[in-house]
Amino acid sequence: MSTFEPVLSRNWNLADSHALRVYESRGGYQAARKSLTTMAPDAVVNLVKDSELRGRGGAGFPCGLKWTFLPKDRKETLMCANADESEPATFNNRYLMEKDPHQFLEGILIACFATRASTAYIYLRYEYIRAYRILEAAIAEARAAGHLGKNIHGSGFNLDIWVHRGAGAYICGEETGLIESLEGKRGWPRIKPPFPAIEGAFRKPTVVNNVETLCCVPHIIERGVSWFKSIGTPKSYGPKLYTISGHVNKQVCVELPLGITCRALIEEHGGGVWKGRKAKAAVPGGISMGLLSADELDTPLDFESLRKPGCLGLGTAAVTVLDDQTRIIDYLHNTCRFFAHESCGQCTPCREGTGWLAKMVKRIRSGGGRLEDLDLMLNLANNMGIMPGTTICGLADGAAWPIKNALAKFRGELEDHIRTHQSPALEVSRLQQDIARGRQADDGRARLPILVGLPSRPAGSRQSPGTGSV
Amino acid sequence: MPADVTTAPRTRIPMLSEPLREQIRALFPRYPSKRAVTLPALHVVHEHLRCVPYQAMAEIAELLEITPAEVHDTMSFYGFFPQAPIGDVRVWICRSISCMLRGGDELLEHACKRLGIEPGETTADGKLTVEYAECLGICDHAPAALADDGRVFGPLDETTLGAMLDELKLGRRDELP
Repeated sequence: MSTFEPVLSRNWNLADSHALRVYESRGGYQAARKSLTTMAPDAVVNLVKDSELRGRGGAGFPCGLKWTFLPKDRKETLMCANADESEPATFNNRYLMEKDPHQFLEGILIACFATRASTAYIYLRYEYIRAYRILEAAIAEARAAGHLGKNIHGSGFNLDIWVHRGAGAYICGEETGLIESLEGKRGWPRIKPPFPAIEGAFRKPTVVNNVETLCCVPHIIERGVSWFKSIGTPKSYGPKLYTISGHVNKQVCVELPLGITCRALIEEHGGGVWKGRKAKAAVPGGISMGLLSADELDTPLDFESLRKPGCLGLGTAAVTVLDDQTRIIDYLHNTCRFFAHESCGQCTPCREGTGWLAKMVKRIRSGGGRLEDLDLMLNLANNMGIMPGTTICGLADGAAWPIKNALAKFRGELEDHIRTHQSPALEVSRLQQDIARGRQADDGRARLPILVGLPSRPAGSRQSPGTGSV
Repeated sequence: MPADVTTAPRTRIPMLSEPLREQIRALFPRYPSKRAVTLPALHVVHEHLRCVPYQAMAEIAELLEITPAEVHDTMSFYGFFPQAPIGDVRVWICRSISCMLRGGDELLEHACKRLGIEPGETTADGKLTVEYAECLGICDHAPAALADDGRVFGPLDETTLGAMLDELKLGRRDELP
């Protein structure tokens, strides 16, 4: 591993790394020139397919395979570069776009050539204001230099790249939500199939790829498949940008071979846990992926290994460290609040489920928890998402995973919290108990009209509910 | 045209100026449909008016040849476009996991207390709007804040937060990076 040579981040420390002349002086756009002038589009597709490059956006779907799903007889293809990076604790795409925008543009160019797309949209989250300015300048520079536009490098291939800015919705990072948003609608994910490769944006065959995935492509063209597959672990090849944040000494983004262990990442690159404390848990790849306990920190961070400790996957490889003084209930409060805020509201199990979870966790946190809440939460979590088949997209799975992992790994702490944190103000009333047990409350305890029954009215009475005396 | 005055439908003074409309129309060739210009048009209007009132929505709809309801449907989904003007500078204070772990929630509370407003409100002098945000993607600065002119602040504590608010009250700084 000591021989690992960073490629995606190799220009980051250069002065003016965002400028075209710097990128070209480092051999930039040579891979694009090579593909466009010496290779057939299908040869590029096959090369990327053979490299087994897996999508870096979260799901880890093989990129080359995705490209082969496009219909053979298509007239037009669209490319969407997914730069809506919104998964909490993830910022590697921002680094890629701010520090080396031309690498990203070259990746788009090659991918568009391979898939025969002549228009590419970069769906950029609004919050990346600096990246927006840098990308616009880089696109103008690339166009002026003939790397974009008509007849690029004399190959007869044309490409326009447009930056399309989002408006602060997490769900637009889901590929069909992104497409809907691009079309000018609310970002509601679509039912699949049809997959975007068959019918995507504007009903045309569409490829949606993550920024980092696209940035890998020029290097695969330049260095070849065997180089790419010499890095990483089985089924998870290539370099990967990891981000580390939370309770560590250094919050950084670092390029490493896929498969570094979580512990090594924290110790060697995050400068260890802050304030000399120990790690209690770590989020392996954005909060949707669940939680690793302190004993599981030796898990390799790759596409396959994270399933073993029960995490959803590698996600965005954004590691967040929780120190030993963090309460799991606070972590859950944060994740549940996030997903309740970001659920798009299209599917009921997600819209209601995330809201209920957030309310329950908030109540438990402020001292109104009951032990049976934990089972109820688990029940909810098990019934929302693509996996139980109740929602269109994976947001609900991501919302459920922190709950599932926290209950599997930290149930004792949560039970203790409920036992020791009981606020009199939130105590369960007799009435609530009766309702929960399905018992009729008697008049001595409660005089709510709904329980004691509305007074009978004379026939034909048109009195509005709530206006009469009870 | 005095002869038309009596028969012409009641017209309002347009909210979007001609240069603004031209800026929106210039985006049409980028997309296969005009409706796709909804978000970009909303951004153009929001940038100029610091809000998107109903009338502007209707005028965007007219330009894009869709109904005002369709523009409103999209616009209201994102929760990004206010209908009444916000402050000269809009600042988002992050409350997601990395920032929360390092005190983001407390910072938001502190900022609002200091300015005498609630999250989402604008200061009385109209200079600053403070909002909470879910992950801003600047976790290397956690706990962090982002101004809508692109400035990034962090890692913040109560002292640097105060300095940030004072600086933001001086106005936008939209220079290139």
